[in-house]
Amino acid sequence: MQGKKWILVLIALLSLSLFIAGCGGTTPEPKQEAEAPKEPEVKEKVLVFARGGDSVGLDPANETDGESFYVSRNITDTLVDYEDDNTNIIPGLAKTWEPKDKDGLIWVFNLREGVKFHDGTPLNAEAVKFNFDRWMFEDNAYRYEGEAYEYWGYMFGGYPGVVKEVRAVDELTVEVELTQPFAPFINNLGMPCFGISSPEAIKKYGKDFFKNPVGTGPFKFVEWLKDDKIVLEKNEDYWGEGPKLDKLIFRAIPDNSARLMELQAGTIDIMIGLSPEDATIVEQDPNLQLLLRPSMNVGYLALHNEKEPFDNVLVRRALNHAIDKQALIDAFYAGFAKTAKNPLPPSLWGYNDAIVDYEYDPAKAKALLAEAGYPNGFKTELWAMPVARPYMPQPKEIATAMQQQFAAVGVEAEIVTMDWGTYLEKGEFGEHSMYLIGWNGDNGDPDNFMYVLLDKDNAKVGSAGNFAFYKSDKVHDLLIAAQKETDQAKRAKLYEEAQVIIHEDAPWIPLVHSTPPIAAKKSVKNFIPHPTGGESTFWKVDIE
Amino acid sequence: MVNYILKRLLMLIPVLIGVSLLAFSIIHMIPGDPARIILGERANEASILALQEKLGLNEPLYIQFLNFLKNILSGDLGTSIITNEKVTYELLISFAATLELTIVAMIIAVVVGIAAGTIAAVKQYSIFDNLSMVGALVGVSMPIFWLGLLMIWAFAYKLGWFPPSGRLDVAINVPRITHLLLFDSLLAGNLNAFKNILWHLFMPSFALATIPMAIIARMTRSSMLEVMRQDYIRTARAKGLPENIVVFKHAIKNAFLPVITVIGLQFGILLGGAVMTETVFSYPGLGRRLYLAIMARDYPVVQGGILLISFCFVLVNLLVDLTYNYIDPRIKLE
Repeated sequence: MQGKKWILVLIALLSLSLFIAGCGGTTPEPKQEAEAPKEPEVKEKVLVFARGGDSVGLDPANETDGESFYVSRNITDTLVDYEDDNTNIIPGLAKTWEPKDKDGLIWVFNLREGVKFHDGTPLNAEAVKFNFDRWMFEDNAYRYEGEAYEYWGYMFGGYPGVVKEVRAVDELTVEVELTQPFAPFINNLGMPCFGISSPEAIKKYGKDFFKNPVGTGPFKFVEWLKDDKIVLEKNEDYWGEGPKLDKLIFRAIPDNSARLMELQAGTIDIMIGLSPEDATIVEQDPNLQLLLRPSMNVGYLALHNEKEPFDNVLVRRALNHAIDKQALIDAFYAGFAKTAKNPLPPSLWGYNDAIVDYEYDPAKAKALLAEAGYPNGFKTELWAMPVARPYMPQPKEIATAMQQQFAAVGVEAEIVTMDWGTYLEKGEFGEHSMYLIGWNGDNGDPDNFMYVLLDKDNAKVGSAGNFAFYKSDKVHDLLIAAQKETDQAKRAKLYEEAQVIIHEDAPWIPLVHSTPPIAAKKSVKNFIPHPTGGESTFWKVDIE
Repeated sequence: MVNYILKRLLMLIPVLIGVSLLAFSIIHMIPGDPARIILGERANEASILALQEKLGLNEPLYIQFLNFLKNILSGDLGTSIITNEKVTYELLISFAATLELTIVAMIIAVVVGIAAGTIAAVKQYSIFDNLSMVGALVGVSMPIFWLGLLMIWAFAYKLGWFPPSGRLDVAINVPRITHLLLFDSLLAGNLNAFKNILWHLFMPSFALATIPMAIIARMTRSSMLEVMRQDYIRTARAKGLPENIVVFKHAIKNAFLPVITVIGLQFGILLGGAVMTETVFSYPGLGRRLYLAIMARDYPVVQGGILLISFCFVLVNLLVDLTYNYIDPRIKLE
């Protein structure tokens, strides 16, 4: 009797598993060979890189999240690239490039010779044009259902945006014509989302290209097991210096503490998302090394410049004096951040280091508030986001600390929080008074901070990137002039000038530039954290 | 019997329609627009409108619901708005991982739970009884998250007996056919991989098993105690049957009904995925997939996931009811 019962349960489970097998078989999957693992003669060099979440997709053009670019930037190359630890531009797939006219309306790119995609097809001007057309035109035949290509629209101002046409002049020469001078153009092209993919593979895999990426990069895609790992292998035919690793594996390990224990146990080689308070554990472990990612972000408190009492510049300056930034950094970043005095992070060219920050001085803050007509302070709201961001690991706790610092100068701030999507939406509609937020740079161009966050063009109700609703004509003129200037030194001057005005107007309280800590085994060599938040230099990495 | 099963299966249809309506309304009632979450700090009016249109979120809600129902009827749960992957595929591979973990965990829970519960009942008030019931209390109350981290620290990092997380060593490849890796490794005839997978399964399944194990042990104990006081047990003993026959042949079977119910319920709950266990042990199961989908407001995945879980739950309950009939012939299924 009992035997029968278990058989019944077993049959049920078995049929369930067959059902799963049946359903799973309908979707194409990356090819895998059935092979018994053989012990390789020479030990393979495998590096396991662990992060908190899995990639969303591996078609760089259609992704928006850092976890996706982490992987895709090793598979696809961009026309131009960034230097190892900053955002200065170096050649990528394009050997050289130059403006054809003096306004910088037409750019000519000369591609490298003999570069091949992982599927064996050649990288040529036609392939580059194919990629551009797919990014630019909403009616392109190779944009598949549900694909939005957000980053192109974002960086180039819509579809097609500032790019008018891309022409394949000959086998290795590409011309890009713009509708207006656009200084960040070259820097934009170094972003991982503009990696060049194989046109043949895009046609072949269609809608499934996002899980079968093919580029020219130092590593080739092998397989992707959702929420678990993505495996890349060495591209033997890489055009540059070949990678030293045989395999590069990206694992998703959601819990920060568990990830650190894996590193200590030796099952992974590098981990990002180290909790700042765990940094001492890493420093004390003789087998581990601690690395810092250079900052390309800013965390700040936007003051709604059009609402009382923040429409008064004295109030805004007073609040700047009321916050002890270093105390916030010591308490919530374990010291892994720098105090911010400008909207730009110091690693970017154009950063104005001559500006002297509003020092922490509650007495001065009180005096300024009295001068502004608020001797007894006032009541207001302090909005805090519900999710950790790279520039702000614990927003609610930081808000609570700031609440106390404000209270010390008589400003009574009530903390308001809601879900992330609604938070952003209400912020864009300007429903807040004080709004915690921040920004991660995309392309290493100051325009990507200054224009996006502080120009009056972006202070539109309903789609504000300028959450402070700061509208300065003087700043606007400088920022637009900088967009049209192609000479970097002259642009830097314009940005420096804009920062002086912004400092005086004090539309924000700039808080921090975080430098997120990364932990790795000591045996990992030449891993260089990049400020953009991901590395395309894994081909240099070696394991001893 | 066949009629009964058919009737129960037919009843699935209204249940699932109700569940899909509920799933649809709940996830759409939660504030937060997926387009804004995807675009984050970079959202602007034009990009949000464009993305909503791409994702089909600009249609009126009832149209979206009708499309969802239409898709279900044709066996299609739609496409994830975040990953652009087929929802059916995405859910089933993570469900397979959860199923594997759940089965191993339930085997541990049932074997250990029933054994401990039975011994505790037979030797009531003995040291074993007291210890195992304290153990059960700890098992029920210990947060899995903490237990998991402790296990990783002790058994993976300090002692190195078990791998800290994942399903399989990164160096070993198994062709995924059913996505039940134990099964797949056997299909491939790869015993090495099979052992490796079991080795990986031990810690997460043990952590996952603690609560059901404790509940089963306690249920077995109390049910056994009740049965052991029955007249027919006294009769059996009086006619001189050895104690082990009394316990194993006469008592356990009769004490089993409530235990089966508990096992069924626990199995059904675990099949819904275990967010905590899966998160600590980086196990790519259904619980974490759904958690991520909810955070990203990935409507199709959440709706499909809830549907899948309710389907399993109803199915497991049906199995439990069928099992009753086998254990206790007095119960007639009609």
